[in-house]
Amino acid sequence: MPALEVSDVAKSYGSMPVFTSVSLAVAAGEAVGIVGPNGAGQTTLLDLLSGTGRCDAGRVLLQGKDVTRLPPPLRARMGLGRTFQVPRPLGDLTVFENALVGATRAAGLRGRQAQQVACDALTLTGMAGHANARSGSLRLLDRKRLELARALAMRPRVLLLDEIAGGLSDPETEALITTIRTVNEAGTAIIWVEHVLRVLIAVVTRLVCLAGGEVIADGAPSEVLASDEVRTAFLGGGVL
Amino acid sequence: MNWVNAVIQGMLLGGQYALIACGLSLAFGVMRIVNLAHGDLAVCGAYLGLVLSSALGVPVWVTLPLLLPAAFAAGVALQLLLLGRALRHGVLAPVLVTFGLSVMIENLLQVAATSDPRGLNAGSLALASFHLGGGITVSWLFLTAFLTACAVLSGLQLALSRTSWGRKVRATADDLDTARLVGIRVRPVFATVAGTAVATAALAGVFIGTIGTFDPLAGTNTLIFAFEAVVIGGIGSLWGTLAGGMALGITQVVVGVVNQSYAVLAVHLLFLAVLTVRPGGLFTSHQAEIGEARGVGALG
Amino acid sequence: MSALLDIAGLEVFYGDFQALFGVSMSVPRSGATALVGANGAGKTTLLRAIAGAQPCASGTVSYDGANITAAPPHRRISRGIALVPEGRKLFPSLTVEENIQVGAAAAASDAWPLERIYGAFPLIAKRRRQRASTLSGGEQQAVAIARALAAAPTLLLLDEISLGLAPRVVEELYQTLSGLRSAGATLVIVEQDLRRAMDACDDLVCLLEGRVALAARVADVSRDEVVAAYFGEGRS
Repeated sequence: MPALEVSDVAKSYGSMPVFTSVSLAVAAGEAVGIVGPNGAGQTTLLDLLSGTGRCDAGRVLLQGKDVTRLPPPLRARMGLGRTFQVPRPLGDLTVFENALVGATRAAGLRGRQAQQVACDALTLTGMAGHANARSGSLRLLDRKRLELARALAMRPRVLLLDEIAGGLSDPETEALITTIRTVNEAGTAIIWVEHVLRVLIAVVTRLVCLAGGEVIADGAPSEVLASDEVRTAFLGGGVL
Repeated sequence: MNWVNAVIQGMLLGGQYALIACGLSLAFGVMRIVNLAHGDLAVCGAYLGLVLSSALGVPVWVTLPLLLPAAFAAGVALQLLLLGRALRHGVLAPVLVTFGLSVMIENLLQVAATSDPRGLNAGSLALASFHLGGGITVSWLFLTAFLTACAVLSGLQLALSRTSWGRKVRATADDLDTARLVGIRVRPVFATVAGTAVATAALAGVFIGTIGTFDPLAGTNTLIFAFEAVVIGGIGSLWGTLAGGMALGITQVVVGVVNQSYAVLAVHLLFLAVLTVRPGGLFTSHQAEIGEARGVGALG
Repeated sequence: MSALLDIAGLEVFYGDFQALFGVSMSVPRSGATALVGANGAGKTTLLRAIAGAQPCASGTVSYDGANITAAPPHRRISRGIALVPEGRKLFPSLTVEENIQVGAAAAASDAWPLERIYGAFPLIAKRRRQRASTLSGGEQQAVAIARALAAAPTLLLLDEISLGLAPRVVEELYQTLSGLRSAGATLVIVEQDLRRAMDACDDLVCLLEGRVALAARVADVSRDEVVAAYFGEGRS
């Protein structure tokens, strides 16, 4: 049974169709990257998966259960986490308190157990040393790690990452790659929308390319990026 | 009870409300500045008129060629020295700053001029009126105020739609970032808009001072009516502001004929009703979509 | 002959998000340079930095020999740089003609009066009194270019003008651009479609993650090399 699955989803904004029919299944523990040219709908797809947006047609299944009509908080309780492109920590809270919010609100834990889960999430993302720092004062890389930690403290089975790699220097990018790999190896499935291809293919084992409102490629990263169709989608016709 | 007379008086009163409100509408529409000191600036205009007309021994109208440019300059200074800086700290900052300014102005006026109500020397216009027949009496002062409001609003509208300055102002109101990008110098635009807003407020203050009395604390009430006129008419539409002012004026006078104690309450109830039913204002023009016009910026 | 535009070591931050990492490039006089790269690579940021709409943390921008790094947009326009922004960004409450007229607010010269602009874009001349927001996508793009032309630029920066437009419409826009080149303008074009970019331009710069991955004359580089730079292949 796939950890997360969308089946024949369609979405339009007003009269502008974004997808007509997209299907995708992600297995437990898998790491999948989603790429595509500008405006192909990657973030829209994440919105539909997390519940931030509503499908016009089709279904979203989490662990086999139909969550198409469920809003994001309920999906979070069922094990679906998400980070956002612009990390927004709860600025007045400490790093630890941010993680605790994830553990108590979404995972529904209490007391010692919640604290333990929050600590584990911080350790996994390398933020344990900053536990008592005010989250508003963190540098960009640490804010991204905190986003991850907070999502992890929700004990998700599936984690949605939305363009998390932008704006970092080389060493910071390496650090982020390591962090995400660690998270995936600990058993969390990852669906990752990204434009920074180099970072993506260092972590994921499968790449899905969206273009023109549908999936045009799905397979090993090196094959997908080398495919004619994908290159045409990104760079226009007559590339070859 | 002459209803027609009441409606006409209300319309004329509405002109005054529109005059005080148009500066508020302009400042918000173009610069997103909510000027809580706007009413007090109008009262300052009245006090300045008092000082000038007493010093020169003339009716206050004669002082206008001095008064209006001075008010314009004060508006420019206010924008460049205070509000422009406040804006850099977010849209809420000017609200706080102008609130403080309002308190300051009211207290300074109290110290300088005492709390006694004052009136302005309107010359021979003060008590003159004419009869339209059918029991309708129109005071020249009221009529002048109304016609002045219409003239000011038309003038502003023409300036906005026909002049190069007007184009720059409208473009800046639509999209500040792109306006800068195409080479519009935004500081002078903001400064002249602020100057215009304060000048119209001062003119309105002079009419308030001749038609009724004024004191240092009169600004607050004036602000409330101005605000309501802008909201009822629709933000960003000058003619909407006139209509909003007239709606207020007519409500106030007509209800006042029935029962004077409910007149002002009725006005506020009308405002609440419009806010509930059509928060965009009764006469929302395309310009009320200011704010939705922001384009999407992309990184890379 | 010296370059018209010279950029050295440009760094741009949005907060502490670094968008450009020491970008350097040169644009030759009367040349056309294509700027390509994936989403998020920094193309729009770079054009805005050249136009003065984006402050730079470090680096220099030189135009026609003068250092304009600290100059605000209106000064750069007066010197001859104009940007057609991504997404067109027309002023919705202004008519077509008014949009073009405000473009001349800081114009470098009178070289492009309204009549000459309408001559270059006859289709929008018919719509001059219409509100800009009522036009089709292709017409709006033409108005956006016309607005930049009103500033009489010697360097015209164009950000993704083909986005969302039918191929035939894009073809017409590029014809107009080639006409501008003949009139002596220098162009920098951000373009998704690599074939079009390489057909229309003599030079090419490919950005990747905020850095220059490739800078070459179009004639000297193969499409495969550009594609490789675009996807970051062969990067250690």
